[in-house]
Amino acid sequence: MTIPQLSLFLENKPGHLNAICRTLAEAQINIVTLSMADTDQFGILRLIISEWEKAQKVLVEKGFVVNVSNVVATEVEDRPGGMAEILDVLESNSINIEYMYAFTFRRGNSAVLVFRFDDTDKAVAALQAAGKNVIGQVELFEGID
Amino acid sequence: MPDSSSTPAVENRFFDRPAETMATAELRQLQTARLRTLVERVAHVPFYREKFAADGISAAMIKSPDDLRRLPFTTKADLRENYPLGFLAVSRDAVIRYHGSSGTTGKPTFVAYTRADLDMWAGLCARFLVAGGLRPNHVCQIAFGYGLFTGGFGLHYGIEKVGAAIIPAAGGQTQRQLMLMEDLQTEVLICTPSYALHLAEVLQEGGIDRSKLALRYAHFGGEPWTDDMRQRIENDLQITCFNNYGLSEVIGPGVSGECAWRNGMHIQEDHFMVECLDPQTLEPVPDGEPGELVFTALTKQAFPLIRYRTRDIACIDRTPCPCGRTTARMSRVTGRTDDMLIIRGVNVFPSQVEEALLRVEGTEPHYLIEIDRPGTLDQVTVKVEVRSSDLSDQMSSMQKLRQRIAREIHAVTGINMTVHLVEPKSLERFTGKAKRVIDNRKL
Repeated sequence: MTIPQLSLFLENKPGHLNAICRTLAEAQINIVTLSMADTDQFGILRLIISEWEKAQKVLVEKGFVVNVSNVVATEVEDRPGGMAEILDVLESNSINIEYMYAFTFRRGNSAVLVFRFDDTDKAVAALQAAGKNVIGQVELFEGID
Repeated sequence: MPDSSSTPAVENRFFDRPAETMATAELRQLQTARLRTLVERVAHVPFYREKFAADGISAAMIKSPDDLRRLPFTTKADLRENYPLGFLAVSRDAVIRYHGSSGTTGKPTFVAYTRADLDMWAGLCARFLVAGGLRPNHVCQIAFGYGLFTGGFGLHYGIEKVGAAIIPAAGGQTQRQLMLMEDLQTEVLICTPSYALHLAEVLQEGGIDRSKLALRYAHFGGEPWTDDMRQRIENDLQITCFNNYGLSEVIGPGVSGECAWRNGMHIQEDHFMVECLDPQTLEPVPDGEPGELVFTALTKQAFPLIRYRTRDIACIDRTPCPCGRTTARMSRVTGRTDDMLIIRGVNVFPSQVEEALLRVEGTEPHYLIEIDRPGTLDQVTVKVEVRSSDLSDQMSSMQKLRQRIAREIHAVTGINMTVHLVEPKSLERFTGKAKRVIDNRKL
């Protein structure tokens, strides 16, 4: 129940992010959501893309270094305390979050968050055992593109 | 700008007047005798034994200093191939000191000294120190590193020989240096010129009153510097600066140094024969023309090298000097025939950085070394390409990679360099000799 995520290394130089976006645009690939981690020297761009294998192929052809990692998409109820409930489950199971970011769309009454865990399998099992909705790739991309 | 000065900066004095002002004919005679003995002394060193046998060289054929040209060269590569002590010409029992300098790889090249060598070396340092104003009543602060590097200990024993007082402050800790200077009333500063510039800057920023310091002179070595730098240091610190030159393979500091006129560094020719050669043809260049300096250590017992190719580019001046010394003078070092860099007084080869990167990556990476001197101290940035296998989606892993590279580079070179990770294939590719260094310093 994980989602493939592409990550790219980016030097902090004007036009670098645009070069990636243009490459995807030319291949008619839509970015579902993204996050950017940065230092004063470089950044790491993380992308969730439905056609991730095609995206990886066109980016690599353009000379970008692309890494694929597995992240977990989880529904979080859009109300006070919704996020805290998820974090409670993780805390009680001693699971570290490496980083997280949100999808731009909602599913019904819920937001969807992307988590990167140090132990993905353990995290998925713990969330499911606690009755949280971990979303698979097929389900996630249904009706998006 | 030429190294020249028409008036003496200090009173003209000598530590060893007879040796320093020897008539040319007498010097040539002494060199001949010493060269002959040297050939005898190194005849059992395997490297020279083989070369001498192949070229039919014997001590008896040395009849004038010009016969030096019949002898073989010695290079840094020869030292490496005979690592660690293949060139030792005495038993290890006779050695009482080892020093070393950075090699092109992680291992240094070692040199060794007998008691007589150390005494002779101290005397040579005393010569240039006295020529540059040092008196027995002075207080000297040595801000050179003490260690394998010859600078700290070389100057230390030279100053002792003169009879002046030493504060062995060693390198770094600038605030402490200034405290020592003020509280112990240091008159003579010994360090690299770039560190002196840094001291001047910190002194001004720290609001220390210059009138509370007793600084008068400085003796600089360990790295090349320009007359512009000299003027700046002299203005900022209100001192008189002297240049000296040496390298561990020849002896360390004390090979040459400036006199009161500061118009080139007097080479101690009674102990070191100098040649200035075209590095390609290995033929002598005319006086005043730049060439590679080649030294023969005539009197060293433990580690005497014949015709050691320094890779340093400089000019030789044999015109008479107003100070009365009869020795040849060398200009400041204006370049290198290899890719050695001098960063904050430390010799660094790009291949050392490469070696450090190999320890991290496992294969040969692409890198670029950029050197700047934004204020007064050298700053080095190493750009390293990230490879697919090294790329992580996690920032912490990337930062750890940077730190690991920086740590390995420090372990090999002893220098802290800033590591910049750059995109794959973003560094220029070379079909011929790779250009691995961009040196933006004005040296």
